[in-house]
Amino acid sequence: MKAFIALVAREVRLAWTGGGLWLPVVFYLAVATTFPFVTGPDKALLARTGGGILWIAALLATLLPIERLILPDRQSGVLDQLALRGWSDELVATAKIAGQIVAFALPLLLATIFGSALIGLPEAQLGSLLLGLALALPALSGLSVMIAALTAGLSGASALGGLLLVPITIPLLIFGAGTLTEDPGNAMQLLAATSLAITALSPFAAGAALRAGRT
Amino acid sequence: MSSRQASLPSLSLDNVAVMRGNRLLLCGLSVAARAGDVIWIRGANGCGKSSLLRLVAGLLTVMSGTIHSEGRMALADENMALDANVTLEAALRFWADLDGASAEARHAALTDMDLQNLVHIPVRFLSTGQRKRASIARVLASNADIWLMDEPYNGLDSASCTRLDQAIIARVASGGIVLVAAHQPPSINVAISLILDSQDIAV
Repeated sequence: MKAFIALVAREVRLAWTGGGLWLPVVFYLAVATTFPFVTGPDKALLARTGGGILWIAALLATLLPIERLILPDRQSGVLDQLALRGWSDELVATAKIAGQIVAFALPLLLATIFGSALIGLPEAQLGSLLLGLALALPALSGLSVMIAALTAGLSGASALGGLLLVPITIPLLIFGAGTLTEDPGNAMQLLAATSLAITALSPFAAGAALRAGRT
Repeated sequence: MSSRQASLPSLSLDNVAVMRGNRLLLCGLSVAARAGDVIWIRGANGCGKSSLLRLVAGLLTVMSGTIHSEGRMALADENMALDANVTLEAALRFWADLDGASAEARHAALTDMDLQNLVHIPVRFLSTGQRKRASIARVLASNADIWLMDEPYNGLDSASCTRLDQAIIARVASGGIVLVAAHQPPSINVAISLILDSQDIAV
């Protein structure tokens, strides 16, 4: 367990030093800032669509750290060294997902408070937006690690990552948008279930991809 | 992950064959090593020295034959596996902590490889030879029973080569097993000298 925490701490440190921490957050806030330029300062329209835009922005921000999640560790031999020490690939993937939840999901949740203020989201919606994103972000963290493991070393990895991520996240997006309505209860439950399933499965998919990529 | 083996380390390969990218790289290879043995592996480029070490490490799967090993292993290959943006001290401590190695073992490894003066320098600023010494220090600090060293002498100055010789001698004297893949003839007493011939059989 101590070793697992050391690995998660290393992931968070790499995110701090490698720009992985602030880059998605800045991107996320930049989308929130630029959106009113397109729609115009129509308060009612922004209130109706702003939550959905923040969901899309969170989804796209997930793609940003993909290139630095697995490939550097494979190239520098860190993955080999962990395998040599008896770490299963699934456990390594779990540590990376946990690191993403700390270094990506939590900062993004904090940024949502600012982002919703920038868009002018009604305060009543902020609660369900935060709860919905909090439910979905572990799944997005899991997917980013899985896609990073699948595409590590391929040319055009980031473009391919986008192609892979968007279809898988459609259920999250549909239920996530559903939570922004007057009665978010049912959508919130479905979102939680979908997120749980994706989060639980992603270490196994990522682990299999790590194993297949070992040469 | 850090369970110490009570029994003596041992390593045996029995009739091992490996395929890499549609090529039969190693075939019918049998080696048995006991505690205190140095295995010196030589051979032309591409004959499978590195693959043999990765095989023993469990990072490659055998096509046929069996590999049996007792004892914890440490690997130093062309990948340093030390984080570039932190100091050498912090990078080595990460692995030493995972291995459950003591601070004394870590400092002894740094001294053995003459790296004490570089501990506060970020890994990315180290030279080629210093990187090589750092990855050897990672193996030294790991306290592992079986050392797998891929071309450890490459890029080392003569003083560092002597230091590495001494470290290997000390490890086998205390009951370890060291596998060295190298181009040059052994500079120390070796128990098994293995010369891989490039069979290069396309399948």
